[in-house]
Amino acid sequence: MTASQSQKPLVEARNVHKSFDQLEVLKGIDLDVMPGEVVVILGPSGSGKSTFLRCINHLEAIQRGYIQVDGEQIGYALRKGRLEKLSPNGIARQRRKIGMVFQQFNLYPHMTVLQNIIEAPIGIHGESRKDAIANAMRLLERVGLSEKAENYPRQLSGGQQQRVAIARALAIKPKLMLFDEPTSALDPELVGEVLATMRDLAKQGLTMIVVTHEIGFAREAADRVVFMDGGHIIEMGKPEDVIGNPQHPRTQAFLSRFL
Amino acid sequence: MSDRTASNAPPSGGAEFRDVATAHTPFQTGRLMLWVVVILVVANFAWIVANNENFGWPVVAKYFFDPVVISGLYVSLGLTVIGMILGVVFGLLIAIARMSSDRLASSFASLFIWFFRGTPLLVQLIFWYNMSTLFPRLSLSIPFGPTLMSWDTNSVITPMTAAIVGLALNEAAYMAEIIRGGLLSVDRGQSETAQAFGMTRARALWRIIIPQAMRSIVPPTGNQLISMIKATSLVSVIAMADLLYSVQSIYNRTFEIIPMLLVAVIWYLLITTVLNIGQSYIEAYYGRSDRRNAGAVKPAAVTEEASH
Repeated sequence: MTASQSQKPLVEARNVHKSFDQLEVLKGIDLDVMPGEVVVILGPSGSGKSTFLRCINHLEAIQRGYIQVDGEQIGYALRKGRLEKLSPNGIARQRRKIGMVFQQFNLYPHMTVLQNIIEAPIGIHGESRKDAIANAMRLLERVGLSEKAENYPRQLSGGQQQRVAIARALAIKPKLMLFDEPTSALDPELVGEVLATMRDLAKQGLTMIVVTHEIGFAREAADRVVFMDGGHIIEMGKPEDVIGNPQHPRTQAFLSRFL
Repeated sequence: MSDRTASNAPPSGGAEFRDVATAHTPFQTGRLMLWVVVILVVANFAWIVANNENFGWPVVAKYFFDPVVISGLYVSLGLTVIGMILGVVFGLLIAIARMSSDRLASSFASLFIWFFRGTPLLVQLIFWYNMSTLFPRLSLSIPFGPTLMSWDTNSVITPMTAAIVGLALNEAAYMAEIIRGGLLSVDRGQSETAQAFGMTRARALWRIIIPQAMRSIVPPTGNQLISMIKATSLVSVIAMADLLYSVQSIYNRTFEIIPMLLVAVIWYLLITTVLNIGQSYIEAYYGRSDRRNAGAVKPAAVTEEASH
C-alpha cells in the first residue's frame, strides 16, 4: 500500500515541540503520512510516541511547529494573514474526520454497544438513525461482534471492548485513524483478536498511525515504521529495514529485548 | 479418641456426607430469643402510644384530611418541587461555572456557594421577605447610568416569591457541590474520548458525563429532597401557609398542640416514604449498565462470555 509520489500527505508534522511544564517531551518531530499509509510508531516508554499521537488531534496542544491534517492546520486558522487559535468548537469540527482508539478502550459505560457506535454519527455527523444503525451493524459484523449489539461494555471481555471501540471510531468514516497502544491493556490471549481486526483495516487502505509495542504487527502490517526515543525520531523506514536491520544503536538495543 | 476431637475433624465416611450441598445451618436459639424480645418491646411501646389519651388520636383522625391541612400540604409539596427543580438547574450551572477554567465564572460560583451555604436558611428567608426595607424599589439600570425599569419591591417579593427564591438559592448552593462531586467522579478518559470524537463541550457534558455522574449524584440528591421537604416548614415564619403553618393555625384555635403536630409528622413521614421508594427506582435505572446480566442479554451471549 505504498502511496504514489504525486499525492499530498494526509498528515504533515513539522518541527513539533511539546513540553509539560519544564519537561520537554517532543523535541522537533517531522513526519509525513500519505493517504492509505500505515505508520507504526515504536519506542520505549517515555519516548513521546503517545504524546505525539495525541497532538495530531489536538488532545495536547503543541508549543512549536505545526501539524496539518487533510490540508487544515490542527488547532489554528489563518485569518487575514495572522495565525489565530481556534475556539473549542472549531477544534471539535476538525477532529470529526479523525478516529481514535485508546489504550483503555474508553467505551461509554452507560450505553449499549450499539448506542456507543451510533452516538457520534447521529449526534455529530447528522446521520439518520436508520442509516447509523445499519452502518453500525455492518461494522459490528466486520469486527465479529454482531450478537453483542445490545450488551453493555462491562459485559464484554477486554478484547471485545477494544474491537467495539474500533468499530465506534470507524463509524464516523474517518480519513485517519489513530491507535494509542490499543493492545497494552489486554490480557495476552486477547491481543490477537484486536491485532487481527487492525491488520484487516490496514489491508483495506485506511490511513492509520499506530503506537504500539507489538513488533510482530509492525513487521506485518506497517508500510513504514518510525522509531522514537527521547522526543526525537531516531530511525524511519520500511519495516524490513528498521526492524530487520536497524542502523541506530538505540533502535538495536530496543529491538534486542523482543528477540 | 473422644467425641470432642471428632467434632472438629472432617466427618469420616463416604464422599456423599462431605458434599456441602447436604449441609444445614444449626438452629440458632439465641437469635430467635432476641427477635421475640424486640418484637415484644416494640409491640408494647406501640400499644402504650396508641392507648395514651394525651396523644389525642381521635383528633388526629378528625383533622388528618381537613381542607386547611390539605391545602397546607399542597403548599409544602409545591414549594419542595419548585425549589428543588430551580435548585438543581441553578446548582448544575454553578457546578459547571465552578469547574470552568474561566476565573470570572469560577470565582462567582465559589462566592455564591460560600455565601448561601454559610448562612442559615431561616435568616436568608427572613431577608428575602424583608427585602423592601433594604431596597424599597427594584430597578433595572445601567451601572451609574440611567434607570431603564423599576418596580415596587413589595409587589415583586410576596411571601411566595420570597419562599421560592430563598429555598431555591440555598438549595442551588448545596446541589452545586453535589453535582460537582458527581462530575469529578467520572473517569477523565470519558471526556477525552468525547473530545476526540469532535463533540462540543456542552454535548459531551449532556450525553456522556452527566449520565455517568448521575450514579453518584442521585443518592445525596434524595437526601437533599427530604431535607427540602422539612426545610419548607421554615417558611411558616414568613407567613406562608405550608403544612406546619396550617396545623399551627388550627391548634392556635383549639389548643390541641400534640395531636395537630402528629398530623403534620405523619404527613411528612408519608411523603418521605414515597420519595424513598422513588429514589430506589431512579438508582436502579442509572445503575443498569453495571449489572452483568441486564435485561437485554441473551442467554447465548452469557454462556459464550463464560467460556472466555
